This record gives sequence, C-alpha cells and structure tokens, in this order.
Amino acid sequence: MRVELTVNGQQRSDDVEPRLLLVHYLREVCGLRAANVGCDTTSCGACTVLLNGSSVKSCTVLTVQATGRQVTTAEGLAADGELHPVQAAFRQEHGLQCGFCTPGMVMAAVGLLSENPNPTEAEVREGLEGNFCRCTGYHNIVRAVLAAAADASAAPAETAGPVEAEPAEVAG
Amino acid sequence: MIPAPFDYIAAESTAHAVDLLESLGDDAKLLAGGHSLLPMMKLRLAAPSVLIDIGGLAELIGIRVDGDELVIGAATPHAALATSDLVRTEAPLLAHSAAQVGDPQIRHRGTIGGSLAHADPAADLPMALVALGGSVDLLGQGGTRNVAAEDFFAGYFETALEPGELVAAARVPRRPGAAWGYQKFVRRANDWAIVGAAAIDGRIALANMGPVPLRAHAAEQALADGASPAEAAELAADGTEPGEDVHADRAYRQHLARVLTRRALEHRT
Repeated sequence: MRVELTVNGQQRSDDVEPRLLLVHYLREVCGLRAANVGCDTTSCGACTVLLNGSSVKSCTVLTVQATGRQVTTAEGLAADGELHPVQAAFRQEHGLQCGFCTPGMVMAAVGLLSENPNPTEAEVREGLEGNFCRCTGYHNIVRAVLAAAADASAAPAETAGPVEAEPAEVAG
Repeated sequence: MIPAPFDYIAAESTAHAVDLLESLGDDAKLLAGGHSLLPMMKLRLAAPSVLIDIGGLAELIGIRVDGDELVIGAATPHAALATSDLVRTEAPLLAHSAAQVGDPQIRHRGTIGGSLAHADPAADLPMALVALGGSVDLLGQGGTRNVAAEDFFAGYFETALEPGELVAAARVPRRPGAAWGYQKFVRRANDWAIVGAAAIDGRIALANMGPVPLRAHAAEQALADGASPAEAAELAADGTEPGEDVHADRAYRQHLARVLTRRALEHRT
C-alpha cells in the first residue's frame, strides 16, 4: 500500500507491504543504513530513530504506522556539513567503541535532550535504559550526552553550531 | 524477523473500528502502539489476517477529569501518562507505574489500552489498575459498558473483552494525597516484573503471582484490623499459586510477594 511520510526532511511516497518494518524501510527502501537491526526484539535500541521527534525502536514500528509523520535517522542530524552537537559530543568524548550501537545511542540521546535539556547523570543513564552497548562503553556515552547537554547550542538541531568551535559557550 | 502477511486498515473512528471488528471477526486484531502485538507477530506467535489501526484516533488519546475519576483514552502512550501533571497529582501511582514500563522508546509507543487488553499478569499497568480500583470502558456495537479492573482480567493474556469490542478508556478514582507504594523486582533493566506489589492506602495488588493481577486480601484485612505493615505483609502470598519459570519457583515468588508488599506498605508516600 502507498505510504507518504517525511524522512530526514524529505517528503517520500512509496508502495510498501503492510508488514514492512520501519527499520527495513529505512535501510532497504530509503538506503539509510544508520539504524541497525540488533536484537530485533525491541530490547537493544540499535534501530532507534525519531518519529515526530520522539525516540522509537524502528524494528517494532510498521512503516504504514509512520504515514503522515516525520522520521529522523542519524543521517538527518548533521546540518550543512556540521555534526549535530550530540554527534560532536560523542566524537569529542569518545562515546563509542565498535560503533554498532552508536546511531541508536545518538538518536536516543537527541530524543532525551529534547524532553529534558539539562539531565542529571542518573537521568541520562535512565534515559538510555533502552539502548545496549555490548562493548559496555557506557561511561563515555553518558559523558558525551552530558557534554552535549552542557553546550548551550545543544538543544534544537536547527540552531545548533559546531561544538568544538564554541568552547566558551555556557549552558543557559 | 518479519511478520506473516496481513492487510492493514487505518480506522477512521472507533465506530468504524467496531464495524470492522464485527465484519472481519476473529481474523482481525486491533493495533495501537503495537508493542505487544508486533513482537508476537514477528515471532509468528500471532498471525492475524487484518490489522485495524486505532492508534491514530484522537478520540482514544488524552486524559480528562470526569467527576471523581480520571479517564485515560486507550491509545494514550505510557510516556504521556508518566509525564502528565494531572495524573501525577490525581493518581500518582498510575503515573509511576507507566514510568516503569519498558524503556523510553517503548513508553513513546506502547499504550495503556494495549497493555490492559494484552493482560500480561507480569505487566505494570494491569497491577496499577487493580490497586487503584479502576475500571475499563469497553466499546462494542451495543454501546459502551464499564467493567471493574478485577473483573476485566480473566486469565493469562485473557480478558472480559467480547468479540467485536475494543478497550476505549481506563478509569481510575482521583485520589490526590493518598499514600501509595510501588515495588517491582526485575533481573534486568526494562524487563517485566518477576513479582510486583502496588499499595495505595489499605489496598494491595500483586503482579505475576497468578494468572491475573491479584489483590492481597489477607494482608489488606490484617491492615484493616490494625496489623503493622510488616505483620500484614507476611500474609501477602496467602492463597496464591504463582507460576514457575527460569526466574523463580513458587516459594521464591511468594517470598518476594511478602518482601515487596512490606516495602510497598512501608514506603508509601
């Protein structure tokens, strides 16, 4: 059946089977391979994307359920060649090891900070409860999210500037 | 994992959904957040031929006051319950319970109606609804009927829903200021309760101590008769026959029920 939705700001219209999972649509129809299939059972969070701004596990969403909605993947975060502040913070704080969980971690973190721009460390850890890092690299991931939150430009993606260029910025 | 093929219909209204249920019969399943149904379909434990999507119906989404009750639309996601000022004030146990479901991504998609209709005895919201003395509004061709939470849950994954009916809303009494406690024992983050206990004033409900969320009647009676929380909690597992699985045998679950009930009662706020 026909679905019309917005993916990373681009309007799309595709014929899909009702049973096509959103993660497979993104990877195989749209060619966007940031969202990974990890556990495939709504546990690990590697497939996390934003649906109308809220983090969801795209292995447990039907593409047809996203009709009329906005989907954002990790590919859609960087603007004008500049990393999103959360991405930049993950790089700065080395918030990754093998990298498999990273797109999901980043999207979960972007979703978390949109709901809670100034989380405590405990709130970051709880906010990332739905994302597993099998390298167990959680310390730097949490540091990266806290660093992104501390940067005043971290909140809306539209106004975000490069993190490293603005070391003197103070969180508002 | 990929579900078996099915047809998908986005319902235009609850009346449309009820009509579809009537005409399609047992081959159709309702879909809202899909966080119980889709995993079962991916595992091929469920293979409905038609999904009727009610998740986008505005008439099923939202939280309102109706006299001395809060009414929560069935397609309201857990995250909205957990963060609602109205729910946090009038039924804080329910807001807390919704915040214990799964993880943030799951709470963005999963709905209260879906959780109640799925009727997993280990789940958070069924236990909370029983503890609060809530009820559900069931909509069918003949109109809406209201069923008390304790009558709604009929067995493992089984409810009082008749063919052709959908859960339209959950109702809970407004009880601002009532003292409540909530305990959930899990082995892993974002898991279901091995055992759970929820207490509000003198009412106690248990998760995963039988085929449905149970009241701890003996413990409640002891409290009413003047027993201390610790004394009453010793009776929390009386009459229960919880199932056994890889996580816990019967004796261990009964031990947990006593300990968690004591903590829920002692930590009522």
